[in-house]
Amino acid sequence: MARKLVTGNFAAGHALALAGEANRRARGCAGGAYPITPQTEIIEYLRRFEFSKGRIVPVESEHSAMAVCMGASLGGARTFTASSSNGLAYMAENVFAAGFYRLPIVMVAVNRTLGPPWNIWVDQGDSLALRDAAWLQLYTDSHQDLVDTILLAFRVAEDPRVMLPTMVAMDGFVTSHTQMVVDLPEQEQVDAFLSTGCDVPHRLNVNRPTTVGGLTWPKETEHHRREIQDAMENVPAVLEEAINEFEGVFGRRPDGAIAAEHTEDAETVLVACNTMARTLRGVVAERRTAGTKIGMIKSKLFRPFPRQAFRDALSGVKRVGVLDRNHSPGSGGIFWPEIATSLSDQSDTIVQDYLVGLGGGDVTPEALDEIVEDLLQRECSGDPVWKEVAA
Amino acid sequence: MSTSTIEGQSDGVTQCEHLLRAGNTNCAGCGMSLGLLWLGEALDGHMPLVVIPACCGIVTAGAFPTTSYSAPVAASTFASSPAVATGLSAVAEMNQEDNPVICWAGDGGTYDIGIATLSAAAERNENIIYICYDNEIYGNTGGQRSSATPEGVFTTTSPAGKSERKKDIMAIMAAHRIPYAATLSIAHRDDFLRKLRTARDKQGFRFLLIHSPCPTGWKSEPEESVELVRHAVDCGLFPLYEVHDGRRYRVTIRPDPPTPEAVDKYVSRQRRFRHGMLDTDKLIRQIEDQWRYLDVMAREFSADDAIR
Repeated sequence: MARKLVTGNFAAGHALALAGEANRRARGCAGGAYPITPQTEIIEYLRRFEFSKGRIVPVESEHSAMAVCMGASLGGARTFTASSSNGLAYMAENVFAAGFYRLPIVMVAVNRTLGPPWNIWVDQGDSLALRDAAWLQLYTDSHQDLVDTILLAFRVAEDPRVMLPTMVAMDGFVTSHTQMVVDLPEQEQVDAFLSTGCDVPHRLNVNRPTTVGGLTWPKETEHHRREIQDAMENVPAVLEEAINEFEGVFGRRPDGAIAAEHTEDAETVLVACNTMARTLRGVVAERRTAGTKIGMIKSKLFRPFPRQAFRDALSGVKRVGVLDRNHSPGSGGIFWPEIATSLSDQSDTIVQDYLVGLGGGDVTPEALDEIVEDLLQRECSGDPVWKEVAA
Repeated sequence: MSTSTIEGQSDGVTQCEHLLRAGNTNCAGCGMSLGLLWLGEALDGHMPLVVIPACCGIVTAGAFPTTSYSAPVAASTFASSPAVATGLSAVAEMNQEDNPVICWAGDGGTYDIGIATLSAAAERNENIIYICYDNEIYGNTGGQRSSATPEGVFTTTSPAGKSERKKDIMAIMAAHRIPYAATLSIAHRDDFLRKLRTARDKQGFRFLLIHSPCPTGWKSEPEESVELVRHAVDCGLFPLYEVHDGRRYRVTIRPDPPTPEAVDKYVSRQRRFRHGMLDTDKLIRQIEDQWRYLDVMAREFSADDAIR
């Protein structure tokens, strides 16, 4: 294991490439590559990497990048790509198709504000707009979390009990273009962790000709959706197993569906994802030093939404503040209703939404502390609060 | 197909004898039916991997869990068949599997929504046989204009008759300098099979355009389908030719120069061309112009010559 100072995009490209290379003894790996800021360096890394059995196809659009992944996955290969923002929106039709086809594609989504107006900075609205596409979604708060979660994503996506595509999200620029020291895995470790190899049971097979993805009646369609729901419900246990095995191979333990801190005795808990969770960690620590019974949850798994984990962690908590760096116009933040629904049997708990850092505004510790102060004063929940931050 | 289960899915089969089985949902007189049967024949038993985007061709399979196709088929999104085929072809190649990867798409998926994907796969010279069955209309949705619809044709979205000419997709594909592009007619079986086999035996991106009658959209009689497209060849409207490497042309069936009578034989039996609304003189001038171009190319850039 090499400890290196690398960017988030380098870390993601490295993890994807090693996972692809690990499938060289099975049917190889493939993916589509199309540039968009701020993920471009990932697909550049993949195009540079010399796979012993793999091909990264330089396509003409994100829509085709996902289509190449689908074709290669239907051929039985391990498949992956990366995209951002309007690229994800342009890709959307095939993102849904990959989910409904149940192809275990792994995609890194580098979160960037959807345009117009054009803005390259972080906002999770792009990946969250694809939440209903039958993909797992995992949000990462550091470069190490990113690398580890990408490797976990292949294990979980390709598990026969899941067999669904998986998106691993990171913050544009804040993660993608900054450098952190990372334990970069070696090929042998990834080979060991992904030793089973990718097998897509419904891949096109000349010895068993079937028509994949053709017409279905309502009854079969409903059954298909129900099977996807059942597969989603298998995810928390499969993810936990994968984390256990990850720890055995790599000697460190990545966060699971959620990471709860100081919630045991907390009256007030804030929830955040991606790098905002890291900023929040410092704010919560200072408040605890000052005697406030406060905790936090880093929300990592968004699909399937880990309702039970939230219920367990937030049982008896008086106030929950949700930090949403995303916006569903006409509703509010997108994490908020998910968490509120999880706590529907806790009628005494206030679940307050804060829209903060939209369009990439710099979310400082001071801004988060002001949100904490607002939350502590609340006796009932209200409409989402717009917390504007400078720059 | 040699064996099949009651579900219509086959087990332990590697030979593809009849690509399209009986009991499929094609309309009577659909050009796809002969096209698929002859495609199967030209493959000489080689099992293909087939990608079919949204179009009548995926309805042909029938509803899950049955299928009328004897080969593995992936139903792709409308614009994506060449990109899905790219992925399949890449994995086949890295696993030393030589099953031909074939896209079977309509004109909407080829000329319109899928043209960027098609162009990109052709530019990369992917190892794919792309076959467009061109019925000159969005047939699956009940008959709307596409950029393959000829001028003067009435559709539900060109209710006054289409005012634009049919797009020259062959010129577009030839401009990509792909190894092989050809036009095919189900009225000329020998020519059809020879071009399929030529495509089969080449590597890289191959594009085949089938003039495919659609009685529902053309408002024609199903039993006249083959004769209709024969008239299209005879009057010069649908030239049968091939282009090697985007540069070397060969005319494979040469009709007599166009006449109003020959054109009338084609258009008068289809109610999509309404009586009195078609400018026959203009159409004949267009046909003559197309043939002047093809004749120059076939003479000056002949497929019989080595590349200079």
